[in-house]
Formats: sequence, C-alpha cells, structure tokens
Amino acid sequence: MKKLLVAAAIAAAFGSAQAQQTVKIGMPLTLSGQFADAASQMLNGAKTYMKMHGDTVAGKKIEIITRDVGGPAPDVAKRLSQELVVRDGVDILAGYVLTPNAMAAGDVSAEAKKFMVVMNAATSVVITKSPYMIRTSVTLPQVMETFGTWAATKGGLKQSYTMVTDYGPGIDAEGAFQSAFKAAGGNIVGAVRFPVANPDFSAFVQRAKDIGPESIFIFIPGGAQPAALGKAMAERGIDKKKTRVLGSGETTAEAALKSMGDNALDIITAWHYDYTSKNPLNVKFVKEYQGVSGGRNPDFFSIGGYDGMHAIYEALKKTKGNTDAEALIGAAKGLKWESPRGPMMIDPETRDVVQNVYIRRVQKVGGELVNVPFETIPMVKDPAGERRKQAAAKK
Amino acid sequence: MFSSAVGVLFDGFAYGMLLFLLSVGLSVTLGMMNFVNLAHCTFAAVGGYCTVTVVNRLGWPFLAALPIAFVAGALLSVVLERLLFRRLYRASDLDQCLVTIGIAFMSIATFAWFYTTEPQSARPPAYLLGSVELMGRSFGIYRLFLTAVGLAITALLVYSLEYTRFGARVRAAVDNQRMARGLGIDVDRAFLFTFALGGGLAGLGGALAIEVIGLESTLPLSVILVYVLIVVAVGGLGSIRGSLVAAIVLGITDTAGKYYFPWLGAFLIYLVMVALLMWRPLGLFGKR
Amino acid sequence: MANARRLEVVFWLCTLLPFVLTPNYLSLASQIAITALFALSLDLILGYAGIVSLGHAAFFGVGAYVAGLIAKHYWTEPISGLLIAGVLTGLLGYALSHIVVRFRHLALIMLTMGFGLLIAEAANSAHDLTGGADGLQGFRVPGVLGFKFDMFGRTAYAYSLGLLFFCFLICRRIIRSPFGLALRGIRENATRMPAIGAPSLSHLRKAYTMAAVVAGLAGAALTQTTSTVSLETLSFGRSADVLVILILGGAGRLYGGLIGAIVYMVARDQFSGINPQYWYFWIGLLLVAVVMFLPNGILGGFSKFLKPKN
Repeated sequence: MKKLLVAAAIAAAFGSAQAQQTVKIGMPLTLSGQFADAASQMLNGAKTYMKMHGDTVAGKKIEIITRDVGGPAPDVAKRLSQELVVRDGVDILAGYVLTPNAMAAGDVSAEAKKFMVVMNAATSVVITKSPYMIRTSVTLPQVMETFGTWAATKGGLKQSYTMVTDYGPGIDAEGAFQSAFKAAGGNIVGAVRFPVANPDFSAFVQRAKDIGPESIFIFIPGGAQPAALGKAMAERGIDKKKTRVLGSGETTAEAALKSMGDNALDIITAWHYDYTSKNPLNVKFVKEYQGVSGGRNPDFFSIGGYDGMHAIYEALKKTKGNTDAEALIGAAKGLKWESPRGPMMIDPETRDVVQNVYIRRVQKVGGELVNVPFETIPMVKDPAGERRKQAAAKK
Repeated sequence: MFSSAVGVLFDGFAYGMLLFLLSVGLSVTLGMMNFVNLAHCTFAAVGGYCTVTVVNRLGWPFLAALPIAFVAGALLSVVLERLLFRRLYRASDLDQCLVTIGIAFMSIATFAWFYTTEPQSARPPAYLLGSVELMGRSFGIYRLFLTAVGLAITALLVYSLEYTRFGARVRAAVDNQRMARGLGIDVDRAFLFTFALGGGLAGLGGALAIEVIGLESTLPLSVILVYVLIVVAVGGLGSIRGSLVAAIVLGITDTAGKYYFPWLGAFLIYLVMVALLMWRPLGLFGKR
Repeated sequence: MANARRLEVVFWLCTLLPFVLTPNYLSLASQIAITALFALSLDLILGYAGIVSLGHAAFFGVGAYVAGLIAKHYWTEPISGLLIAGVLTGLLGYALSHIVVRFRHLALIMLTMGFGLLIAEAANSAHDLTGGADGLQGFRVPGVLGFKFDMFGRTAYAYSLGLLFFCFLICRRIIRSPFGLALRGIRENATRMPAIGAPSLSHLRKAYTMAAVVAGLAGAALTQTTSTVSLETLSFGRSADVLVILILGGAGRLYGGLIGAIVYMVARDQFSGINPQYWYFWIGLLLVAVVMFLPNGILGGFSKFLKPKN
C-alpha cells in the first residue's frame, strides 16, 4: 500500500513536472461520420507540420489530444471543448471542420480564455465568437466574392446560373458570388439548390444544360459529392464552349477530377490551395504529407491544419512558451508567413486569414489533370469581416 | 418539353434500377424471413470496396469486378447468417435491429481502417462512359448499361424463383416453414440461399453505384439506407415485383422532382413516400 | 416490491454521485440525463404502446428550437421556456398522432421517419428562422434561478437531472395507472381492447402526445444547458440513436432508457476518447454482444438472471 502511494506520488510529481513542459492542444474533430475524411486530412496536416518542425517549441513539448464530435453537433463540440479544457487541461483549442461546431466552441474559448485556432469552418461570422480566436483556413466571402467580381470583369462573363448545396456554406457561397457578380455588372439567370443528402445529380445537371446559360457556378461540400457531380457532368457532356463551368475548389478536388476525366478540362475555379502547386515549399510539404497520411495527397483541410500549427508554433515562440490566451492572441495578430499555399497573414484587427486567391483552370499537364492557376488576386481580406468592421466604426 | 420528359424518365428509370438492386434483398429477407437487417447496405459497401480493390489495385477490368462484387456480398451475408443471424430468427424485431445496426457500425469502422475515409472511385471502361445522341437528346451510356443489368437481373430472379423447382422450394420454406420441413425441404439451406442472393445483389448494386453516387465508408448508414427502406416499404414486403415498381417510381419521382421542381429539394421524395404509405400501408404489392 | 423500491432509491441516489466523484464529467452527465429523458419519452410509446418510431427526434428538435428561439427573441429564463417548448411540441405531437396511431409495423416506422425527415428539411429550408446548417446563433441562456450554466456543468447537470427525475415520476405514475395498463393491453392485442371498453386509438393518441411533450422538454433542456441548437437535434441520426439506446437498455421497463443512455454514452465517450477514429467498431461490438448475451436489452437480460419480480 505504501509502495503504491509512493509510486502514485512520484507519478503525480512527474506528471505535473511534465505538464509544465508540455503545451497541450485539444482538437475536437469530426473523425467519424460524413465529415470524417475532412477531419483526418486536417489532422494529418497538423501532424505533418509537427513532423517537419519537430514537436518542441520554445522549450515546450507539443501534444495533440483529439476527440470525435461525430458530425455537425454543436452541443457535443461544446462539451468536448469544455472537457478538453477542464479535464485534460489543454492550453489551446484547435481544429473545427464545421461552422456550427466552431461557433459553439468559440463560447468555450471566450469563457475559459483559451487561444483557439479554427483550421477550417469557413463561415465568416465564426471569428466573432471569441476574442482569442484566429482562423487559418479560408472564408467563403473571401473566395466567392472575389470570384464573382473576377467572373464579371476579367472573366468577361455576363450571365451565370448558380448551383449550390442547400445548407449554410452553400447559401453563403451563393449569396457571395451572386452579389459580387451582380455588383460587377453580371446577371444571374437562375439558381438552384441541391438537397444536402443528394446521391444523384443527373437531373440538376441536365436542367442546367437545358437552360444553357453562359456560365454556371457550383458550390458543394467535399466528400463523395464532388465526384458524383463530376460524373453527372461528364455523362451529360456540358458543352464548355457554350457554357463556362465555375466552381469552388471542392468542385475540382483530386477525387472529382479523377472521376470526371477529360470532361473536367477548362473548368474554372477560385481557391486558396492546390496540392499540385509547384511552389518549392509546397513540393516539400506534399512529400512529407504523403509519408504521414499513407500516400494521400493533401487538400485544403490539410493546409488549414498545417498552417494552424504554424500559427501556434510562431505565437508560442513569440510568447516564449507562455500559453496565456491574451499573450498568444497578441502574438498571433499580424503574423505573416510563407505557407505552401503562398503568402498569408493573420489580420491584426479581425484575426482572420488574409491570403491570395487563385483563379485556376483545369488543364492537362503531363497526362494528368491539374488545376493550373492563371491569375492571382493577392492578399484578399475577408470582405464580410471588413463590412463588420465598417459597421462597427459607424456606430 | 417532350424530349426533356423522355430524358427525365430515362434517367429516373436507370436510377430506379440501381435502387432496386440495392433493396430487393432486404425486401426478401424482411418479408419472407421476417428478419430486420439494417446492415443491408454493408453488403453494398463490401461489393463497392471489392470492385475498387480489384479494379484499382489488381488492374482487372471493371466488368470482371462485378461478379466478384456479387460473390463478396453473398459471402459476407452467408458468414453473417451462419454466425449471427440464424440465432436471431426468433428474437424480437428490436433485438434484430440492434444487432444489425451494431454490424453496420463495425463495418463502417472496418472500411475506414482499410480504405481510409477518402471517397473511392473505380472507373468503368471508356465505352461505358459518355452519352449517345438520340432524337436530339443525350442518354448516358452507363445508365443504359445500368438499365440493362437491372432488367436482366429481374428476369433472372423472377424466373428462378417462380418457374424452377429450386425456387418453389425456397418459396415453400419461407411461406410455411413447418409444412416445408414436413415435406423434406431443407429449410435452413433455403434461408441461407435467400440471404446469399440478397447480399449478392446488394454487393452488385454497390459496385454499380460507385459510378453514380460514389463510395464512402459511411455508406452502410447513409441516406442510401433511407432510400432502400423507402423502396422496401413502398413496394411491399417480400415482393420482388413491388420492389421493382417502387424503386422505379422512386427513381423517376426523385429525378423528375429535381428537374422540374428543384425548389422542393428533398421534400418531394418523403412526401411521396408518406402519401403512398398512407394510401397503402402494406405497400403497393404487400400482402402482410 | 419493497426490494424494487429500495433499488430505485439507490439508483436515484447514485445519480448524485457524479457531483462528488467525477466533477470533471458533469457536462457529459448532463447530456446523459437529457438523452435518458429522450429515451424515456420513446419508451412511453415504444415500450408501452408498441409504437416504433424512427422519427422521434422531430419532437426533440422542435423543443430545442422553440427554447432557442424564445431565448433569442424574448427572454432567457429557462423554466418558462421549457414549459412553452413542452406545450408546443405536445400540440405538434397531438396533430401527428391522428395519422400515426392508425398504422402498424413497417408503415408506422416509415411514416414516423418520413415526418421526421420532412420536419428536418423544413428547418433546413427555414434558414432565416433556424439559422440552417450553421445552427441558431445569437442567444445565450445564462443560468437558472440565479445559478450560472458554466463550463464545469454543475448547474447544467442539476437542471437536467431535476427535470429527468420530475418527468420520470410523472411517467411512472402514468404507466402504473389504469391508463397505462390499457396501453399495454393495446400493445399486446390492439383489436381486443376496445371490446373491454378501452378506446385504443384515443389512448394511443394520448400516449403519443405525452411522449412528444417529454421529448420536447428534453430538447429544450439541451438547448438551454448548452446554449446551442443545430439541425442535428432533428436529424435521422438522433432518432436512430435514441432507438438504439432504448433497445440497448431494454424497452418497456421505464429504467431501460436511463440505463441505455448511461451505458451507450459512457461507452461512446470512453471508446472515442481512446480511439477517436475507429470507436464505431467497439460500439458496434457492444451492441452485438448485448443482443447475443442479454436479449431484450440490458435490463431484460438481467431480469432473466434475477428472480422474477413479485
């Protein structure tokens, strides 16, 4: 009995000594269910960063603790975030694939005063939920408004038909693209929304083909759907000389390109990251990533995880390992770095991501279908965040 | 207008054929053997993943993978029937639900373990892709293929179950177990065969579905299971003809709804199901 | 009987243990209590009236959204919000009950599922009201009776547990009344009961409405204790989960849903803590094992080992 007690005391002392030397990062992710793939890609991105840059920063060991939220379940996300703080004693909250989960966890970050890094959740307003939050992924208005403006100006398009998934991000993307497209002189000739659980896209594609607009704009969530939509488009054979196909990065993600084959040629997308980028930083990242993920290529979830870890590392370096939320958020504001996706920055005022938006066209490069960027809109801020800032300034 | 209607009917019909393959096995096992198998879509997923493996890793042609998908689905259902399900034929419906949901959970984790959570694809040969122009309307070749396979399977099923000696035994076994046993029919084997056939068809359906709806590890408990249940309920338990009609009605409704009334979104399919079931609670062709 | 009573007292005393033994698990305990309440409501119709529902989350979710909307647009006092949510879901349940109780077997299951899916789709479409897939935003329920809903979940658990206990007592009362007895009679033989003077359809409607009220209360409590509402509260997945939980615990035994919720959610928490990516496998194995070794759920299985009651 005595021995046990001694052992326990030693273990406790050792544990607490170690606790001082580690920085725990709690990541509640959707590791099971419909969004499991997004979460595992994000986690692999974070792990790749740690593999490339070591697991020690400012003299402290970095430890990731993951939990499974299972889906868009803010009650669970909030509880797991609370438990990570209360039970596991994490210093930093990170991850968050889905907007409702990030919103709910924002409350925890604000209340418990924990630094929080959103590595995906792309609805603009997420960032307002906690003063200790930064985002290293993308915001929908950032890409979609930029794309809408581009399409109606440099893209030379006068009309568009929008097709989005009938859920939060889809509706936001639709709104952002439409308003920017119209503001730049374009005309929206129609809109359709896909049900969230939609196995077969053929009818929607057929309808778009029969209407025959000058361009169609597509936004669908990642997962199996881009491939299914791609197959339907391939089968219908939309004439791209007549109808330009525009979309977000998911539309021409790796799996979707594979299933579309040559029918994907000439689809134009706006996005912030693609694994085929020849940027030397990216080439190195992809190579390391494949080692971590068992041969998979990274996607935008992965780069969100990677850059999220970078922001955490850099902020910790600046605070010399101090994990106080005020100190970390102070250090993170205005951070600038070269990411595999290109230059990026954390906006010192809105704490949101600032980055290049690339306009890409699907082309054949050495027999492979690749999203080839042909235009870069540099260092775009989240326009919705800017509007919030102006509205606040007026008051 | 006319030509768009033809196109929609055709697409819906082909989609219905796919739903038919995926669900007919469940209708039979649920209707004839009274076994609630919520893990039915696991067989489809197994067929799908087999196809992916055979086509992408071994480099076999897509068409050669289809019989393998059938066998895989059938094999898995035989194993499950022998190990688990046969002990539960007398258990309550609720216990059957729980066990089969448990199996579906386990299968999802297993698929994720072996194939990761990445969406998979297995590309059919080029001659099955693209579309043909007929009367100014393009018809997807793969959907033509799907329709042909579906019709062939239906013919085969109806023939073997209704016009062969073997089919007569199976029907006797499921209609009245005791009587059939008395007549010297091996009821256990008849049940096993029925399960294998249902699982095999689901496996084939899963393989064929990759090109239309994709393949993910969550397939066993995805919206496809909901569609399958709708087909089974609307068609009427245990009725092959019922499943066929229900699947086609559902496929056409879904496609036509999306084409003509896209703003109705997902409502239409559920509204149609509710209406049909309120009209005929036993399903279109159900007897009990 | 006295033994059973003692067991009940012990059970409810045990529900207080998390306050002392596992103070870091109170948020989880609170959500278990809410899930248990939800399962109890399903037990009222499934276990006692034989109505198998695969769309019970409709009531849970409507209750959750009503509570959320009240907190967002009107006031944040939770108990009144709870009551209003209960009344409104009761009305919805009563309306649907006229259709639902006429059907049996697969048609019944599919119709409840259909209504559940339709309501979930409607909530998704009513984006301006519900916030759609992003969840309802912009409200916060600070606390109840001066106690704060904080991060540690002490108030939340007390609130949820109190609600569960209160509803449980009422449900037990109902089940043991002549009305409850008639319900069980209808479950066993729906055609014969009217012959002995029990109007089966109207009884079933009442049971369905009551179950809807209790489910709505559970949903509202989840909203209030977490200050979040999302479409997930209405989802098919939640309907299926609660069915699994009830069957796991044992339907038709009042405590079945409670035991099921504890076992399922603790197992889920532990498995997913150890193995966040593949915990599904272990939960599945648990379900299979329970059916193989403890038919009719955990309580059903154990009651076989124990002496028959009375």
